[in-house]
Amino acid sequence: MTSNVPFRIFPLGDSALTVEFGDTISAEINDIAISLAEHLEADRFPGFIESVPAFASTTIYYNLVEIRKHFGGFPTAFDAVSALVYRTLDALKIGQADIRRRIEIPVDFSPSAALDLDELAGQKGLSRDEVIAIFTSREYRVYMLGFLPGFSYMGEVDERIASPRKESPRTEVPAGSIGIAGTQTGIYSLRSPGGWQIIGRTPLDMFDVRHDPPAFLRAGDIVSFVATK
Amino acid sequence: MSLLFKRSGILTTLQDLGRYGYQRFGINPTGAMDTTAARIANLLVSNDENEPVIEMHFPAPEIIFQRDVIASIAGAEMSATLNGDTLDNWSTFFGREGDTLRFEGKKLGNRAYLAIHGGLRVAKWLGSSSTNLAARAGGFHGRGIRSGDILDTIDTALDNRLLGRRAAQSLIPLYRPFPTVRVIRGAEFDLMDEQSKIKFETLDFAISNDSNRMGFRLAGDALDLVRKCELLSSAVSYGTIQLLPNGQMIVLMAAHQTTGGYPRIAHVISRDLPLVGQLGPGDRVGFHVVDIAHAEDLAVEFEREMSMFRVAAFGGKRW
Repeated sequence: MTSNVPFRIFPLGDSALTVEFGDTISAEINDIAISLAEHLEADRFPGFIESVPAFASTTIYYNLVEIRKHFGGFPTAFDAVSALVYRTLDALKIGQADIRRRIEIPVDFSPSAALDLDELAGQKGLSRDEVIAIFTSREYRVYMLGFLPGFSYMGEVDERIASPRKESPRTEVPAGSIGIAGTQTGIYSLRSPGGWQIIGRTPLDMFDVRHDPPAFLRAGDIVSFVATK
Repeated sequence: MSLLFKRSGILTTLQDLGRYGYQRFGINPTGAMDTTAARIANLLVSNDENEPVIEMHFPAPEIIFQRDVIASIAGAEMSATLNGDTLDNWSTFFGREGDTLRFEGKKLGNRAYLAIHGGLRVAKWLGSSSTNLAARAGGFHGRGIRSGDILDTIDTALDNRLLGRRAAQSLIPLYRPFPTVRVIRGAEFDLMDEQSKIKFETLDFAISNDSNRMGFRLAGDALDLVRKCELLSSAVSYGTIQLLPNGQMIVLMAAHQTTGGYPRIAHVISRDLPLVGQLGPGDRVGFHVVDIAHAEDLAVEFEREMSMFRVAAFGGKRW
């Protein structure tokens, strides 16, 4: 299934490598990246540390000394892990949409939470309600987590409300804030500086240190947003 | 039965060898900047290498021992004293209840490590004791040490045979304020123009003031790409050297974010990370490209020496 998707493997230092499936954002390619990461996490080889899926890549961290010990037939640990990746990709079954989680996230779009909604609506020649209606009318895929603990990169936002990052980032964005940057949307899991256009806020904790994992979302989740009022 | 921080120091945190397994949730591993020094500090007092240690910058904390301890210091040379008497770096010492540990001046390197025989009483978060300042979790209540904090230690019978121990010279990294560190090429190395590749390997670059445990911003001649390069965000690692749009580099350090989108021109090899991990603003760094097989061989060789040290550390004999 993955045999016709071109990819390249390169070292990310001497203790990690990245498998890169091109340079475009698509659900199909993201599925391969996530499935590869999940498969390696579930069926850990000796020396495996962890795998991290991103938009169109999977990075695998490993203990090179352990790899060299267990896979002595390869000239380098990089070669050994690359071979494991080839083998895994050949056997890979891409995660079916039905095993992906569907998650509904309540959103407060009132002015105190939606810091940039009025401005964005004004720029787009739309009313607040129209922006909210367009934003909540579709589902979004969580492509990856990164930037902050628990921060989710989701797509794709309707072109009618897509909006570049703010010229000058806010020094503090409240936790739970939902932002738009280009055709991406994301939720600030923690209070942090940030430049995305804030159009609402969820009361849900996107990051809770008492949970394991602490992140509410994970790569591959399908998210829909629902206005709370 | 504990340590009292009479003064906190400017950035004092608990760190172990990092929190792995959660990067796919955006949780950065953090951990000691100089894992070699942290490991040696622990082994000197027969602790597990991954026990939390106290990572200190200068000005460093002033610590009062509220019980008798056997402890060790390693890493940066910061002129440690116990009640005014000089302590040797990379060695163990006996601290009596009421004694005061101070660090009088920074001579070499920027991060010193203190390990306590028996360990520190720290609740693990997601399997690690490292402080994650971004998540405000792990280590000591998810934050740096403040003046007046009391850190509990784990009671243990003091083994006098640990006293007088010193790390073998061959294990101690050769810290310098101007090291040339070995790197392997990154995925976008060849996107640099020829002139920039030469500059990268022949010039040196200053660690700017805008540098911290997350990353070191370098200042020097600008490096150029043959074409503009916009990458999708993907995972990065400790030692990844990214090229920013202004032609300057940033070296990702122990508390780096999990993902990034700037061109990856090189990665510091594991063996030399401690040398970078000890740099600070005003220091300079140069780069030398090696191939990955050599980088791996150097790591394997170093781990062989560490495993001999580990055997000796738990052998229980007087050194």
